[in-house]
Amino acid sequence: MSEFEKKILEFKEKIKVVKNLPELNKINSEIFGKNGIINLEFKKLGSLSPDERKNFAASINSSKKELTEFFSKKSTEILDKEIIEKVNKEKIDITLPEKDFKIGKVHPVSQVIDEISCIFSEIGFSVEEGPDVENEYNNFTALNTPENHPAKDMHDTFYLDQDMKTLLRTHTSPVQVRTMLKGSPPFKIIAPGRTYRSDSDQTHTPMFHQLEGLHIDKDINMGHLKGCLNYFIKEFFEVEKIKMRFRPSHFPFTEPSAEVDIGYRIENNKIIIGEGDKWLEILGCGMVHPNVLKNCKLDPNKFQGFAFGIGIDRLAMLKYGINDLRSFFECDYRWLNHYGFDPLDVPTNYRGLSR
Amino acid sequence: MKFTKDWLSDHLSTSKSEKQIIEKLNGIGLEVEKVEPVKNELSDFIVAKIIKANKHPNADRLKLCDVDIGTKETIKVVCGAPNAQDGLLTIYAPPGSTIPKNGMKLEVSKIRGETSYGMLCSEAELKLSNESEGIIALSQKYSGSIGETYFKNKNDNNVIELSVTPNRPDCLGVRGIARDLYACGYGNLKEIKKIKFNKKSKHNLKIKIEKNKNQACSIFGSCLIKNISNKESPSWLKERILALGLRPISAVVDITNYVMFDLNRPLHAYDLDKIKNSITVRNSKKGEILKALDNKTYTLKENMCVISDDEGALGLGGIIGGVRSGTELDTKNILIESAYFDPSITRKTSKELEINSDAKFRFERGIDPQSVKEGLEMAAKLITEICGGEVSNFDIQETQKFRKKIIKFKSNLVSKTIGIKINDKDIIKILTRLGFETKKKNKLIEIKVPTWRPDIFGEIDLVEEVIRILGFDNINSIEPEKIRIKPTLNFYQKHFHLAQRSVASKGYYETITWSFSDDKTNDKFKEGSETIKIINPISSELSVLRNSLYPNLIYYMEKNLNRGFTDQSLFEIGPVFTGKKPGDQITVICGVRKKQYDDQNNFGEKNINVFDIKKDLIQSLIELGLERDEMLIEDISPSYYHPGISGTISSKNEKSLLAYFGQIHPKIINETFGFEIFLDNLVQFKQSNKKINKSLVLSDFQKSERDFAFLISKNINAQQLVDAIKNTDTSMIKKINIFDVYEGENIPSDKKSIALKVTIQSDVKTLNDNELKDISNRIIKSVEEHTGAQLRS
Repeated sequence: MSEFEKKILEFKEKIKVVKNLPELNKINSEIFGKNGIINLEFKKLGSLSPDERKNFAASINSSKKELTEFFSKKSTEILDKEIIEKVNKEKIDITLPEKDFKIGKVHPVSQVIDEISCIFSEIGFSVEEGPDVENEYNNFTALNTPENHPAKDMHDTFYLDQDMKTLLRTHTSPVQVRTMLKGSPPFKIIAPGRTYRSDSDQTHTPMFHQLEGLHIDKDINMGHLKGCLNYFIKEFFEVEKIKMRFRPSHFPFTEPSAEVDIGYRIENNKIIIGEGDKWLEILGCGMVHPNVLKNCKLDPNKFQGFAFGIGIDRLAMLKYGINDLRSFFECDYRWLNHYGFDPLDVPTNYRGLSR
Repeated sequence: MKFTKDWLSDHLSTSKSEKQIIEKLNGIGLEVEKVEPVKNELSDFIVAKIIKANKHPNADRLKLCDVDIGTKETIKVVCGAPNAQDGLLTIYAPPGSTIPKNGMKLEVSKIRGETSYGMLCSEAELKLSNESEGIIALSQKYSGSIGETYFKNKNDNNVIELSVTPNRPDCLGVRGIARDLYACGYGNLKEIKKIKFNKKSKHNLKIKIEKNKNQACSIFGSCLIKNISNKESPSWLKERILALGLRPISAVVDITNYVMFDLNRPLHAYDLDKIKNSITVRNSKKGEILKALDNKTYTLKENMCVISDDEGALGLGGIIGGVRSGTELDTKNILIESAYFDPSITRKTSKELEINSDAKFRFERGIDPQSVKEGLEMAAKLITEICGGEVSNFDIQETQKFRKKIIKFKSNLVSKTIGIKINDKDIIKILTRLGFETKKKNKLIEIKVPTWRPDIFGEIDLVEEVIRILGFDNINSIEPEKIRIKPTLNFYQKHFHLAQRSVASKGYYETITWSFSDDKTNDKFKEGSETIKIINPISSELSVLRNSLYPNLIYYMEKNLNRGFTDQSLFEIGPVFTGKKPGDQITVICGVRKKQYDDQNNFGEKNINVFDIKKDLIQSLIELGLERDEMLIEDISPSYYHPGISGTISSKNEKSLLAYFGQIHPKIINETFGFEIFLDNLVQFKQSNKKINKSLVLSDFQKSERDFAFLISKNINAQQLVDAIKNTDTSMIKKINIFDVYEGENIPSDKKSIALKVTIQSDVKTLNDNELKDISNRIIKSVEEHTGAQLRS
């Protein structure tokens, strides 16, 4: 056994009994350092003949490899031991409160508007908008409202001027007028938005939300209207079947006009939509009046179609069991937290409208 | 409009049940609002139970009873009956009711110092028997009827109340309702029998309609009935008047009301002896005074339609009569008026004087001008039958002829509109039954519109009549096609949608507040904007259109603060108004944050500062598609922000205003931070600076980091320093990270020290020491030149 080989064995024994990293590191430099035994042994190479050199180098290298492996094994052993000792000392009361995660909420009206847009998107409607401030023509006259109609009263409509020419729109129907005047048929739009009426009590707020729908083409008839609304209500309430009835009614801008009721019943103080023998009025609709088409520069002999108007807040109340319309606009933190939606809950066609 | 099935039978012979009729009415557009039992004179008297008969504190022989009358809470009634005891079922008369025995009208009264709400009745008081000893004791079978009327109608008749749409004045009379049901095949419409009178007396009162501008009256028909004996109405008539919810007054008044509800033909009865000489229908003069039958005195404006005699106004045409010529029970001679008044003029007058009456309600919707004579006939017949008297000939003054409208009807419009084929025979049948006269002319049907249908103007109205009567149930539903020709949302709308959810995901609760605001609060935020007043606001606190989203948000934030929410983040996305013209509005997303910690109780959390809100804002802008590098941040902002702790973000390109942020000025609210994003600007900027998707280039060459510390004037922003460094070499300087800002000791008082780490990396090679040194020197030089800063040694 050479001197070198003896030393290697010695070091091996030393490493075996080492207890901590500093000691190990010391041995490390004794072996692998500049003046360590490996290097010293390599220096002997110069005095050897080329033939001997090859074998000698190979044997050093193999010893080096052996020692390295031995060394790293020991190092891991010590490290693991130290970590385990440290970990065993660490203890946190994990029942203490976590940090608040701040995710906000989307207002139920916004959520319902997105749900509605999602449903109508599927059957080819696009979203249009109009301004909150309207002129008297778009809000009333173009929509065939008679000159002395009660809706025009100061009691009902907010005006911005004494001549009653500029006002806050009382419905989303002026978007129909704007859409038809700026484009060419076919029109297939929905228009959600803020609407205003001078009314404030238990069930009315001076501002509320409406959804307008309009579909005009060459041959759109009341069958299409019925099918469209039937589809919408079913999808919106996420029910298989819906009980619906059309009642003739009167609006200046549609003829024939109808109000739509849906069937419901009350079970355990909760409203069940789609069945039962009670009726709930939810929207107004009809075939766009020829006078409205004329006012929008369309020939009623060539084009026809339907329009409808739905109260968005009311739909939200029905779907999500909210009792008081006024609470929508009172910004109570508790209310927003309870009825608001996670911003990640984006209604989609493929995942579904609601969780 | 109220009626009973019994009344309907006067006009319609039908075998249909009340339930079927109600369903049908709903189906044809006559919405049934309410169905309730007919009221009679004794409806007020209800079954009640004495819960506890307490001793009256101030009277030995009286009791103070807690009485259950079927409402949530019991009421107190003082009672002297010896048999008033706990648990007794009896009959209760509420305040306002009239005791049949003595005609006494009950009021809430104090009896020996205790308030009594109504009375418990004896049999004698209700004229049930002569038994006046003690109050009625009902058997236990009434225990389930507490709160219900004791005197139920034997015939089980219900009052059906319709909500009639304003286009259907004809259905404000029972006859019109019967006609619609007849058109549906619900029975036969009875003919109104022609009435012949023995016209003994002559109409000798001079009547004239004056030619005035905007004269509301165009027909004034009248007849005189002399030597009547006015009296209480017979019971059949009283019942009908009660069914309408009206109070019976006298036969003459009840008959005029009856005809109005029967035929939708308003009438008015005058005491003939109180009319001075003649009647003139004319426009009023300014300041004329009328004491009306509602016991109010009205001062008339110019040009209101009055019926007057030689002394002055007798009544307002089509709206209300006057006290001076009103009929009484002892009235002997009367004049009955049956006239036509223009809807819009009548409406205008009643609106100005704020008078509501059943007549006005009908005239403003349009009364059948051809029903003048019919109304007189029916009234005269009933009055003579009940009160006797002699009827004069009818005087009809007429200044305008009402002709039936003619519509040329292409009947295929029906099928085209509703989507199902209806043949002409069925169309004609429906229209004929509704009173239209039809004549086939080639391919057209010529239609004459009855004068009681002022709502029918053109062909489409006839289509509606047909489908209304046929029933909407007959329309086949057509499944919608799932085809999209246009994207659902446009570029702007997509950003609206994203912005809303982006801000919400930063912990903000979305609110929706009024588009209007309080004038004074709004002023604090309006900067240079014009105040947009609503001329008829709902309240003075909501009198202007908002010029900013802050006023309402802060108002509600403070309300929540009072509820104990010290950590709040709210936002709204919605319109802000810049002018009073349509379209003068922009969409703003405004967020507010506030966090108030009580020092002891914060569990390691810190109060928020401007960088919290800046972080939320910038992250949302990035999510909306802007790059951090595109944003120019400057320390300027509107006056409602803290001048030293706020800023503006605009695009470096075009300098388009994207957002404000900062602490709200403490004079408005303390320790509150907020931001406003101007969505329209943002979308416009993105539209004109569309990005091309760059492919990813990764450099594997070594990167180096160099630290610098500059001594710089306090007036210079960190951003300027960063820009000066970045501009030295935009391709090789990959990242600049400020890690320390220091002011204070060892530094001149007008200076601050900013320390930054600059990451330098080439995309094409590994930089050597000389090259790195060169870049460092260029950085220092550029910073010195652009900001006047000095490198700290």
